[in-house]
Amino acid sequence: MIDRKDAYEIVLVALQEVFAQTGAPAPDNLGDDTVLVGVDPVLDSLGVVQLIVEVEQRVEAQHGLALTLANDKAMSARSSPFRTIGVLADHVVTTAQEVAS
Amino acid sequence: MSAEQPVMVVTGARKGIGRFLVEHYLSKGYLVEGCSRGQADLKDANYRHHEVDVADEKGVRGMVADISKRHGRIDAVLNNAAIASMNHVLLTPAKSANRMLEVNVTGTMLVCRDTAKVMMRRRYGRIVNFTTIVAPIALAGEAVYAASKSAVVTFTRILAFELGQWGITCNSFGATPIMTDMIKGVPKDKVDAVVNGLAIKRLGTPQDCANVCDFFINPASDNITGQVIYLGGVS
Repeated sequence: MIDRKDAYEIVLVALQEVFAQTGAPAPDNLGDDTVLVGVDPVLDSLGVVQLIVEVEQRVEAQHGLALTLANDKAMSARSSPFRTIGVLADHVVTTAQEVAS
Repeated sequence: MSAEQPVMVVTGARKGIGRFLVEHYLSKGYLVEGCSRGQADLKDANYRHHEVDVADEKGVRGMVADISKRHGRIDAVLNNAAIASMNHVLLTPAKSANRMLEVNVTGTMLVCRDTAKVMMRRRYGRIVNFTTIVAPIALAGEAVYAASKSAVVTFTRILAFELGQWGITCNSFGATPIMTDMIKGVPKDKVDAVVNGLAIKRLGTPQDCANVCDFFINPASDNITGQVIYLGGVS
């Protein structure tokens, strides 16, 4: 099972990987409230796609869980589960619990 | 593509064109992962069969996760799985139409989506989605099947733009009639009429399919994407 701390670490490392791949400078002070989708995001829309895939792949490699983070529930939610690092980490935990059960 | 053994996914691998392609690429040194709704009788150390319906999202996700775990890479995907129901549109039930769209369009999309995520890691991939000449020739009696395959062509053209930045090429291939289970129930005069309308007046063969796939998945074809090739002179 993935706890919140594990999920947060995975998102953070995945985000650093996306910055490295795209050549964009990583902003200082990345944290729970760092915006991924919305006003002044740290990534463009393709960067978000890349981040979500990177997180899925890391969860699969480290925890053996095949998640699809952009699932029906996520894409029909009133507010995006990808909007900040913290919200995405929460979404990873929830989705992992659903898949594991 | 690295010097290690490349990994290929073939859908609809149990019989017909899919089975031929599996054996073709095994002979070329690929590790081949096939899928179909039923069991396959092919025994080869470099072949693994998955009993998966391509329209089943969880099934496809699980299959790709398993391939990724064992091989860590996917080099090429041949989306061959499809169903057809040759019926006049006035005699086509909604359930039959929906099932064709589900397998031919959604199934193709799901396999592309999940395999592309693995391909992205190595910034290399080759996707070939199978369409049919009955769409461009507007063959009466195939309206829904042809529409589903037209959707595959459009999907593939756009996919090429969405995945190109990660070194993944996406192309479509449309065969002329080939004597497989899919068309064995079609009256001979109907098949003959299609063949007589082609520039090259013969049935297609699985070797024709392999020839086009060889071209699309060649590492040197890294600037060939968003294209569709039809056999027999159809355009």
